[in-house]
Amino acid sequence: MTNLNTKPNINNPDGFYAELLELHEHLDKDQSDALNARLILILANHIGDRKVLRQAFKIAQLANTSNKE
Amino acid sequence: MDKIFERPLYPYERHHDQDCAQPARHTVVVIGAGPIGLAAAIDLAQSDIPVVVIDDNDKVSWGSRAICFAKRPLEILDRLGCGDAFVNKGVTWNTGKVFFDERQVFEFNLLAEDGHKRPAFINLQQYYFEEYLIDRVRELQAQGKPIQLRGCNKLISIDQHKDHATIEIETPEEPYTLEADWVIACDGATSPVRSMVGLDFVGRVFEDNFLIADVIMDADFPTERWFWFDPPFNRGQSALLHKQPDGVWRIDLQLGWDIDKEQEKKPENVIPRLKAMLGDDVEFELEWVSIYTFQCRRMETFRKGRILFAGDAAHQVSPFGARGANSGLQDTDNLCWKLKLVIENKAPEKLLDTYDIERIHGANENILNSSRSTDFITPKSQTSRIFRDAVLNLAETTQFARPLVNSGRLSVPCTYHSSPLNGPDVASMPRRTKPGSPAIDTRVGQQWLIDLLGNKFHIIAINTPAPAELEVDNLTIETLQIPVTDEVTQRYLGDTKNAIYLIRPDQHVAARWEHFDQSQIEKALRQSIGKMLND
Ligand SMILES: Cc1cc2nc3c(=O)[nH]c(=O)nc-3n(C[C@H](O)[C@H](O)[C@H](O)COP(=O)(O)OP(=O)(O)OC[C@H]3O[C@@H](n4cnc5c(N)ncnc54)[C@H](O)[C@@H]3O)c2cc1C
Repeated sequence: MTNLNTKPNINNPDGFYAELLELHEHLDKDQSDALNARLILILANHIGDRKVLRQAFKIAQLANTSNKE
Repeated sequence: MDKIFERPLYPYERHHDQDCAQPARHTVVVIGAGPIGLAAAIDLAQSDIPVVVIDDNDKVSWGSRAICFAKRPLEILDRLGCGDAFVNKGVTWNTGKVFFDERQVFEFNLLAEDGHKRPAFINLQQYYFEEYLIDRVRELQAQGKPIQLRGCNKLISIDQHKDHATIEIETPEEPYTLEADWVIACDGATSPVRSMVGLDFVGRVFEDNFLIADVIMDADFPTERWFWFDPPFNRGQSALLHKQPDGVWRIDLQLGWDIDKEQEKKPENVIPRLKAMLGDDVEFELEWVSIYTFQCRRMETFRKGRILFAGDAAHQVSPFGARGANSGLQDTDNLCWKLKLVIENKAPEKLLDTYDIERIHGANENILNSSRSTDFITPKSQTSRIFRDAVLNLAETTQFARPLVNSGRLSVPCTYHSSPLNGPDVASMPRRTKPGSPAIDTRVGQQWLIDLLGNKFHIIAINTPAPAELEVDNLTIETLQIPVTDEVTQRYLGDTKNAIYLIRPDQHVAARWEHFDQSQIEKALRQSIGKMLND
């Protein structure tokens, strides 16, 4: 059974990050929110496995609460 | 114009019960002659259980309301002896189109699997639906079956005693009282019986209103289901267009919460909305307009002593998914054979508690599905709207997003997989015919399997011997030997070579084995009529 990969897995992290931000350049907040939502759906479908997705949800959720504390 | 829903179909007639010094006692009284009450009464009467139906009205449903009927309810109507009338009149459709903003984002096809007598769906006005049921009542009466339909008989009070209920009825003349061993309350969403016995109705009321208009027009829209999210003619809201027989079209326009219902219903406000949708040059006539606020909720229990609740009285869902009448028919399908066995002393009264268990499961499934559709159609927060719109935008270009689009998940048959009435299963047989599922139709020579089942217990024997008839606990079980075909292999055998299925009177699978074994059948039969239930 696969688990969510939480180890570094992206080649050239700085390049990826710049590309991600570039996507949002010249977009206003609404357009950016819409794009992010589409991106989440596309990536989630690629992963497909509900268990892996749930692990991702969890990590995203926890990261958020620890920020607030 | 003379519309069938304006015509009294079962006008008030004085009955000698009204002249009795002592209240007359009846075996079953059904409250409400809507689609569900009528179906219940037909089901019982055709099995010779005497039944009286009372309704405060004498006509069919005012306007159409339900229009979309699924395959399983059509099979139930076949068992009630009247499916053809509905299917012959109804329009069959397969294609659905989804629009977002100004454009079509995708099209789907419900193309039903081959090898079933009935189509996946038909559209038919509810008033025809009720009219055909009344025709069936008249047919049964002509055959001498014990069924009475009393119009303009309004229930005004109900009292429960240990072994019966007392019902007080108002008529155009003086009121009278009846006693009933059993009462089936099919008195609709506002169920007076429910409030008279003080039972709760729990769940969500959605803060939204829909304008429902049936229009008669000579337009060349195809026989398809068209659903719009956020269209230019109804900004920020949804809309639906669906065809019914006789050139009648159903239009649903979501209006939002903060509206003046009486104002919105006026033709001078409705017509401009419809013109914006249909185009200025389409000629149409309004048949029926209504404003609808829907709810997703159910009673905590569908049985209180001698009173059993069914249909909208017991549960309500949003109209997306066509689950109201469709699920109500599955209620009475589940209830009537059980009630009959209890009345005939062939099964313990506890069997009726499994009506509650099985149909609460059905109601929960319907409420879950229709709540989810509603959340998609009417996003409740900014973020849910962002995701909803993202799904719709992606659906236009990518296949993966299409299954996420939820404009109503259309009614599918309910399965009772965890029912205490289920007997043994064979894991290598197909999942779709597991105990608790309704039998799946298939061709048997020149006939349909579904027509051969129902109203009593059956054994289906496939490629293995079984006695032609069996008597267990005063119940007759009849065996159907069916030949192996590709469909039968797919639907009933799976990875096995032979099978024995025990089928309940409502055509649901009770248990299945590879070979016939008398003691196993006896045990499973007893289980399926509630004899093994714990107190
Ligand atoms: C706009 C709309 C669209 C819908 N679309 C669909 C669809 O496509 N498919 C679907 O399956 N369902 C649909 N439904 C739901 C469907 O109409 C209902 O689920 C169905 O009518 C329920 O039938 P019923 O017999 O339980 O109740 P009802 O049809 O409400 O019948 C109740 C009966 O009880 C009688 N009654 C009430 N009080 C008393 C009293 N005190 N004494 C005697 N009689 C009484 C009433 O006169 C009435 O005849 C839709 C509903 C609406 C509003």
